[in-house]
Amino acid sequence: MSLFKMFAQAATFRHGVHPPEHKHATEGLAIERMGFVPEYVLPLSQHIGAPSKPVVSVGDKVVRGQLLAGPGGFISTSLHAPVTGTVTAIELRRHPNGKEALSLVLTTDPFASQRFVPTGPLGIPNTTAELVQRVQDAGIVGLGGAAFPSHVKLAVPEGKKVRFVLLNGCECEPYLTCDHRVMVERPDAVVRGLRIAMAQLNAEKAWIGVENNKPDAIKALRNAADGDPTIEIVGLEVKYPQGAEKMLIDAVLHKEVPSGKLPLDLEIVVHNVGTAAALADLFDAGTPLIERVVTVTGPGIRRPANVLVPIGTPVRALVEHCGGLLPGVRQVILGGPMMGMAQKTLDVPVTKGTSGVLALIDPARDADEQPCIRCGRCLEACPMHLNPQRLALMVRNERAAEVEALHITDCFECASCSFACPSNLPLVQWMRVGKGLIKQKKAVS
Amino acid sequence: MGDVALAAGIMFGIALFFGVILAIAYKKMRVEEDPRIDEVVARLPGANCGACGQPGCRAFAELTVQGKLSPGKCTVNSADGIADIADYLGVAADLQEKRVARLHCAGGKSAVRNLADYRGSSSCRSAVVVNGGGRACPWGCLGLGDCARSCSFDAIAMNADGLPVVDVVKCTACNDCVVVCPLSLLSIHAISDHVLVQCSSPLTGLMAKASCYVACDACGRCALDAPENVIVMQGGLPIVKAPSIATATATFRCPTGAIQWVEGNQFTQETTDRRRHA
Repeated sequence: MSLFKMFAQAATFRHGVHPPEHKHATEGLAIERMGFVPEYVLPLSQHIGAPSKPVVSVGDKVVRGQLLAGPGGFISTSLHAPVTGTVTAIELRRHPNGKEALSLVLTTDPFASQRFVPTGPLGIPNTTAELVQRVQDAGIVGLGGAAFPSHVKLAVPEGKKVRFVLLNGCECEPYLTCDHRVMVERPDAVVRGLRIAMAQLNAEKAWIGVENNKPDAIKALRNAADGDPTIEIVGLEVKYPQGAEKMLIDAVLHKEVPSGKLPLDLEIVVHNVGTAAALADLFDAGTPLIERVVTVTGPGIRRPANVLVPIGTPVRALVEHCGGLLPGVRQVILGGPMMGMAQKTLDVPVTKGTSGVLALIDPARDADEQPCIRCGRCLEACPMHLNPQRLALMVRNERAAEVEALHITDCFECASCSFACPSNLPLVQWMRVGKGLIKQKKAVS
Repeated sequence: MGDVALAAGIMFGIALFFGVILAIAYKKMRVEEDPRIDEVVARLPGANCGACGQPGCRAFAELTVQGKLSPGKCTVNSADGIADIADYLGVAADLQEKRVARLHCAGGKSAVRNLADYRGSSSCRSAVVVNGGGRACPWGCLGLGDCARSCSFDAIAMNADGLPVVDVVKCTACNDCVVVCPLSLLSIHAISDHVLVQCSSPLTGLMAKASCYVACDACGRCALDAPENVIVMQGGLPIVKAPSIATATATFRCPTGAIQWVEGNQFTQETTDRRRHA
């Protein structure tokens, strides 16, 4: 190692925070499966974009991997049966977003084989349009948490080109280890998926960004890449929110995506490592997205674990599989502690975007709000270089024009500002309210 | 001494000069305004609330004087005040029926199941972005009082059950609370619309009652008991097509008390008692 490299800092972006990682509970645990439960609930809207359209009706018998709902537009995706069983209802069920959403309810057939048998063709299609169609038909979405339909990011629009592909293996959210385990246990699938994406997008180079707290993942991926000069695995400084698309581009390529633009405008496409593995599964084994890895952890879980669960598994069953909740649990969050959604009930299903189930005994935001003391820590934390305290003030006074002028639309709700605030102000909550204000203003005018 | 007189003389000269200019300008550039406008403005409540659809009381007065609006269009003014303006202008008062905001939810703390404690910023708009607060019904009133804070007439007060009670005397139907409610639970009704559906949940049967005991479970009895086509069941809720015709009979057999005959304020002791007996 050269002297320069020894003293060089690991790559990262500017601003951000460093919350306690809490990953030790599950980072060494192999991904396990859980037994099938009697009922699965699949909301028709589990992704960003238009809801899926059901193609089955109540009473239909379906087999594992069968199409249940087709895409409701280009930015939309399909939904498949996670188990062999019967469609017992299409009705309003509780969604992790707190509302009641139209969902397909599946009752598992306890006597049927749950082996997945591929029905479609295997292998990489010849044309790019066909590949995009197959990814959409397989219902693959970004598995990092936002659940953006992946085929949209595999289709290069007219007049654009893609030179670089970034794979996101940062997993900067505390507690979560599902991507970490996928990288350690299935590095070949991750690299295979990346190669499929690179070939599809005609990209010349790819990077896999992994934070330095996952040395085993970096090593496994380097072995899997096997000296391929077009694939580079980059160790990144441990910092939140490095796993955000724009932050990762800054950390790896030192490029800034301008406000209101997409990475595509810089000829870059970013995918999650889990999504890459799902792509490999689709083209090599014909598997649509019917299950995902979920980290069940936190001080309130008796037996923390990384579990490969069928989409639609009730969170209550998943928690029971992990030994149940310990007494004194005061908050359950779906996703990570920074960006995840606190739940009021366990009777919600695991969706395609659920990366973790987190049970906390001592929630972070427990003390009461204090007045803002203008310390500026939220400014130093904000990775988008916004001014959260000023934005919050304007939101509280419902000044939609100022809120918009302060670039609230750049905020991706990473919650670094709330984390950094010594006065315990729910800043990111107000950012969300502010976005609602702007939508309302546009709807009125 | 001469200096002082000179200074005073100059000042007087300047004053005279500008005075003459002002006097000429007053004569030449005078805009004739109907003096009745000021008189009408003086008789209006001066709240500038916009309930009449005009940007303010003066704009309303101008249109009233021109005869384009009748004095009764101002719903905030008292009946005497409207009669006074009508008398002054010599036009018909054309009293509008009083309209008030009504809440389409009766799920207070005592009625709706609470699943979790909400500890975020204390406003409905904030609660709705984080899983919709702790109450079990995602369509129901959050009870954090955004409507009460938005009311310019102090007409909305939160009752002990955590529901906003609209004071029908003070309410001017200005629409502010209707806009501010993130769940769109308030709407403007004529005061004679006595049959109100105080539930917004599209769920039916036991699913509806699982989270709130005053929820409409879409049994359809009100639709059967009302005159034909006055109440229709749609999307798990009764829709009152002709609220002023419907009779109280339609509400008698409601098993949860979700449909109510309301005169005056909502959520009074009388209606609560009736619900308990239902």
